[in-house]
Order: sequence, then C-alpha cells, then structure tokens
Amino acid sequence: MSSRPSPTATLNEALRAAPSNTATAPAAVADARIPLRGHLRHTGALVRRNLLWIKQDPESMFDALLMPVVFTLLFVYVFGGSIGQALGGGQDGYVQYVIPGMIAMMSMTLSQGVGTGFSQDFNSGVMDRFRSLPIGRGSVLFAKISVELVRMLFATTVLMIVAVLVGFDIHHWAGLFAAVGLSAVFASSIMWVFLTLGVVLKNAQSVQAMGFLVLFPLQFGSSIFAPTKSMPGWLQAFTDYNPLSTLADAARGLMVGGPVAHDLWVTLGWSLAITAVAAPYAIHKFRTKS
Amino acid sequence: MTRIDNNASDDGIAVTVRGMVKHYGETKALDGVDLDVREGTVMGVLGPNGAGKTTLVRILSTLLSPTAGEATVAGYDVLRQPRQLRRVIGLTGQYASVDEKLPGWENLYMIGRLLDLPRKDARARADELLERFSLTDAAKRPASTYSGGMRRRLDLAASMIGRPQVLFLDEPTTGLDPRTRNEVWGEVKRMVGDGVTVLLTTQYMEEAEQLASELTVVDRGKVIAGGAIDELKAKVGGRTLRVRPADRLQLEPLAGALDELGITGLATTTVDAESGSVLVPILSDEQLTAVVGVIMSRGITLGSITTELPSLDEVFLSLTGHRASAPQDTVPTETREEVAV
Repeated sequence: MSSRPSPTATLNEALRAAPSNTATAPAAVADARIPLRGHLRHTGALVRRNLLWIKQDPESMFDALLMPVVFTLLFVYVFGGSIGQALGGGQDGYVQYVIPGMIAMMSMTLSQGVGTGFSQDFNSGVMDRFRSLPIGRGSVLFAKISVELVRMLFATTVLMIVAVLVGFDIHHWAGLFAAVGLSAVFASSIMWVFLTLGVVLKNAQSVQAMGFLVLFPLQFGSSIFAPTKSMPGWLQAFTDYNPLSTLADAARGLMVGGPVAHDLWVTLGWSLAITAVAAPYAIHKFRTKS
Repeated sequence: MTRIDNNASDDGIAVTVRGMVKHYGETKALDGVDLDVREGTVMGVLGPNGAGKTTLVRILSTLLSPTAGEATVAGYDVLRQPRQLRRVIGLTGQYASVDEKLPGWENLYMIGRLLDLPRKDARARADELLERFSLTDAAKRPASTYSGGMRRRLDLAASMIGRPQVLFLDEPTTGLDPRTRNEVWGEVKRMVGDGVTVLLTTQYMEEAEQLASELTVVDRGKVIAGGAIDELKAKVGGRTLRVRPADRLQLEPLAGALDELGITGLATTTVDAESGSVLVPILSDEQLTAVVGVIMSRGITLGSITTELPSLDEVFLSLTGHRASAPQDTVPTETREEVAV
C-alpha cells in the first residue's frame, strides 16, 4: 500500500464534511475501484451476517452435526463387515478405508447447502439492498463460501471424533490437516457451481433437487465407499477421473499412507478448472440478475 | 458553503432521465420516460400498478439495465458509473429490504460496514438511527418479529446510513395501515428536512400531496403529466365535495339541484348511492359557496359535507380521458396487500 490516504478515509471525511445533501459528491468517489481492504471488509461484514444466522437458528447446524455421525455408523456397521472382508482387513480395515473417503463426501454434500441458502436470499428484498450498495459483487458470494467452509470444518471435526470412537487410527496429524485442507479447496470450487444454481434456479427446492442429481452419481461412482477394482470397465473409467475418487484417494494417502502425488495433483487440477469456469460465471449471473 | 467541485451537474438537478425505455419481451414497462428532479425536492411519481414506477426506480438504483435511454443520479451515469452512484443513493423498496433473521441493530451495523464506515462509526451510526426511528427498544430483536411499520422504519434507517444525496422510496407506505402510514410520512418529511433529494413512487394522490412538491404522472410506461402539485391539482379539478343529505329520500332532489347548477370540475356530478351522497367536483371556493347556496335554497337538511382529494382514478380520468390502466387488484406484482384509502 502506498502512503496516499486510502479512498475510503477520504470519502468518510468528505461525507462528514458535507452535512447538507446537496450535490457534493466528493472527488474521491470518482475512484470506482474497490481496494483489497475494502473487499475484505465487505466480505467480513457479510460473513458476520451469515454467522449470526447460525446463532439465531442453531438448528441449521444439525445437518453438519448429524450427517457425519449417521453416515459413519451406517457405512462402518452396515457395509464395513463385507467390504472389509474383501479388502482383507475386516471391519477395522474398512474404517481405515472409509473415513478419509467420508471427509471427501462431507465436503461435497455440505457445499450443496450454499446454493439453497443463496436462493432463499434472492427471494427476499435483502439482495436488492446488497446490489444497490457500492460493494464488489463477489463479496456476497465469497462470504457465503467462507461460512460454508466453517460449517464444513465443524462437520469434519465431528466426523473425526466419531471416527476415533469407531476405531480409526490417526497416524499423523499433518496428513489429516492436509487432507482436510485439500477437501476445503475442492469444496470451495464445487460451491461456485452450487452458487450458480442458486442464482439461476427459481427456488431452493429446485436447487436442492439439481444438487442431488449432480451429487449422487459423483459420490457413489467413486472410490469413497468401496475400491473401484470390482466395478465394470466403463464405470472404472468414470471413477478414475471423478474428482471425488481422487480426493478420497489423496486423503487416504495423506491420512493412512500410500501414494499421494498423482491424486493430489488431479484433485487440485479439478478444483482450479471448476473454479476458473464456475466462479466468473456465478459472479456474472449474480451481477446481471434482474 | 464551499462546494467541493465534482461532476454533479451544476444546474441543481439531482436526477435526470432521458428517453428511458425498458422492454420485457413484448411488454413495454417503460416507453420513453423523461424526468428531472431538482436538488433538495421531493418528486412524486404517481401511477397505477404496472405503470412502470418500480422499473424506473430499479434502473435508477442500478439494479436493472435499461433497454435504451440515459439517466444520471447526482451527476453519475447509471450505466457508466454504477459504483460511484451506489455510494450516494439510498433505496427503500416496496418490500422491506432488510435481513429478517438479523436483529435491527445488526442490520444497520452491517450496512455501515458495507459502506466502509470504520467499526466505531458504524456502531455509532446504527445506534443513532435506531434512536431516530424509535427502534432502540427493538434493537436486539430479529427483524422478523417487527410489525409492518417497524420493518419499514428499519428499512428507511438502512437507506439513511450512508447519508445519501438521493433517496428512492418505492411505494413506501403500500401495505401499511393509516396510522403507520402517517408515521412513515413523518419520517420521510424529516429526511427531506435534512436536504436529501427524494424520488418517491406512489399510487395515492394523498401521499403525493403530503410528501411531494412536484409530480410526474405515469401510465403504461409513459409520462402523461407533470408539474408542481398545485398546478396539477388545479388541472385535475382540485377537490371533490361529498354532500350527504340527512334524509336519504332527499338524495335524488339534491342531485337534481346540483346538476342544474351545472358545476363541472374534472367530471360531472355523480351520485354515490351506496353511501347516500352526491359527489361534486369543484374548482374554486366560489363553486363551493354556490353549492352550499343551492342546498340552502332548496331547504335540504345536510347530514355531512366533506371535501376530498381527487382519487388516482379521477386524476387519470381528467388527464387522459380513461381510467388508470390497471385497477389495483389485477396486477399483483407491485403490491402484496391492499391498502384502505
């Protein structure tokens, strides 16, 4: 940052200096650029708003709390025995297999919520208020994503507690954190897609329905819950390129050991590609929605 | 006062609209609107539902791009300088545009931060405006628990955070009961007292008369009349006398007598059988006196006599020769609730 006074400071002075509201648009206003600090401030204010929602309505965290519990118990105790046998490690072996996969799944399932919440926002007047304020259009979207990532971290923490209770060994914490970080990166890229759906589709229900259509095949046509070796060739071709497979495999490698590099790069590549396409599109759609 | 030099127009015009057109497919929401609002005045845009009032406000507040035409607000072009423009406007829509899940204070604080106020200033401004709009007691309650009037006041407070030069009020009292409406009018008048320029849309002549100094009448996306409120009122026939005889049987004789008098304001004398009264449009005090004289000479006992402002329909009738294009309950897009006039 240079030493010249920030435009916002100048503006505030100007606003104070202009008690009557005659046409005295200060010259500083002519600078339409929003500095990075401004973007951070706006996003921060909107993050606070979305966090207050959670405070007002704690029930909205139920899915993040219960989903990891229910899914872990379900998969470990229902499929754990038979898949574990096939893996050669019994139920315990399956726990080591499926927990990293669950981290991947959680990132995907929870990111869907970002679209439905957004769609609800649009059906109230508050979006008009935001869009008539001098803030970067992206701020509203960035704030949504940030809060959704907080929810995801909360769910992941719950997941890891349940995981340890059902017998998961945390080998190295660094690997665990790396896996969670990678999931967050991928989740934020997917959230842009759901945000786009939230802007484009008319109501929260259709966003949810569309989200489910995208989510379901990606989750089950992957290596999250079971190894892909026994799947037919055409499906394997799909699962091998499914970013959820590579994310799950990378998480597995990071948390319990094994090769990581290839899956890591493929996952990061996917995240980058999805963000590069979906983020500008979502912001554009948000900007031009009437 | 020393003026800070800027690109705002020097001719004292806060809002200019030229040839504004907005089409939605076949529908012409705006069909070539021209408008000027002088600094520090209140311009009322009067029209029925579907006249294009909301579309105009949405274009001027950069929420919508016009199909054609130009507009500037406080000297900023709506298309070329949207960000600068957003910094100097305030907007209150028909539906309270506040976050209903957030407490009132949090709503105002958030907007303060979004307008780049430092934390301390944003806090102080939120406190100050809650106080001013009598919402201090409800500061910590979610806006969803507010009454209609409180919500509208919070919405007005939200529009004032950035000390706007130009304020857009889109049907600020639609859906409010008469008492709450008076309250909101009071607030708007105070804002005007602060020197802010206001563009107000309304369906009610009464509201326009209360708040606006100038009026633009729109219908089907076109301006059909404009000018100072008094001029327009004179044009549309000023007032309507509502005369009710004490004895209902005297309604017909009364109507006949007044007919003979031959007063024509904007319309002819009509009988409102439902309320048992005769409606006489009048243009002057002399005509009022004449009406009273006729009633006395015929020995008719009066139940009541009142003067009313012309209704939107009467205004339209006199200006265009036809009724307002869309009766209030046929276009649900602009208003959710009916309002007792």
